[in-house]
Amino acid sequence: MNERLFGIHGAALTLRSERMGVIASNIANAATPGYKARDIDFRAALDARLANQRGNNVADPQAGMVWRTPTMPTLDGNTVELNREQVAFAENAVAYSATLSFVQGKVNTITRALKGE
Amino acid sequence: MPERAPMTLFSMTTRAMSAQMVRMNAATSNLANAGSVSTTEEGAYRPIRAVFAVELDRASGLAGVTSSGLVRAETAATKRHDPSHPLADADGYVFEAPVDETAEMVEIMESARQYQNLVQALQTAKQLMLETLRSQ
Repeated sequence: MNERLFGIHGAALTLRSERMGVIASNIANAATPGYKARDIDFRAALDARLANQRGNNVADPQAGMVWRTPTMPTLDGNTVELNREQVAFAENAVAYSATLSFVQGKVNTITRALKGE
Repeated sequence: MPERAPMTLFSMTTRAMSAQMVRMNAATSNLANAGSVSTTEEGAYRPIRAVFAVELDRASGLAGVTSSGLVRAETAATKRHDPSHPLADADGYVFEAPVDETAEMVEIMESARQYQNLVQALQTAKQLMLETLRSQ
């Protein structure tokens, strides 16, 4: 999305949507032996995206991807803790809504400017 | 290998829910066969377990789950002396299925919890997608 139009919110929205997929993957693999839970470090990933958009340098698309450190290790090597995933998912959903309303606000402003209201 | 459609949040959750269903069916079969007896040790029912495996989709970065098969537990059948049983062998022994009812119940409860979690996550994700679509 155009950075001049939406600021950081365009990239943030895509990133929030990706993070939702990553956390949902963790929830889906809660019972898979040996599965290592992943998460996206939002700040690092957003910085990389914005740098990419500005054409400064081509950052790795996987930037900001981190492994989750489990509170307690399990015998089967699975590092998913459902409570943490649930909280992370909820937090991400709220942040997604917030970002979406910023984008909506921008779109409304521009629509009104175009209509000349 | 045939070309597969890219994994979406919906297809991933569907697969994970099916995997949980396989797991729950396996545990239920074990419970249903608890207490079944056999004349021979080989003929006794052995509990089955679903084995899950990760299925990573590199294009979308999503990691789904598949049930890669069912394995039979290597537990020895319980040998019980019961000469009056119609299935008893020449020495008066029957072989009972080694099913741990408590473990199976816990397995079913855990599976149900994870299933619920998936449904909840999918609902939230769907709601956000719809909100995004509705905004002009």
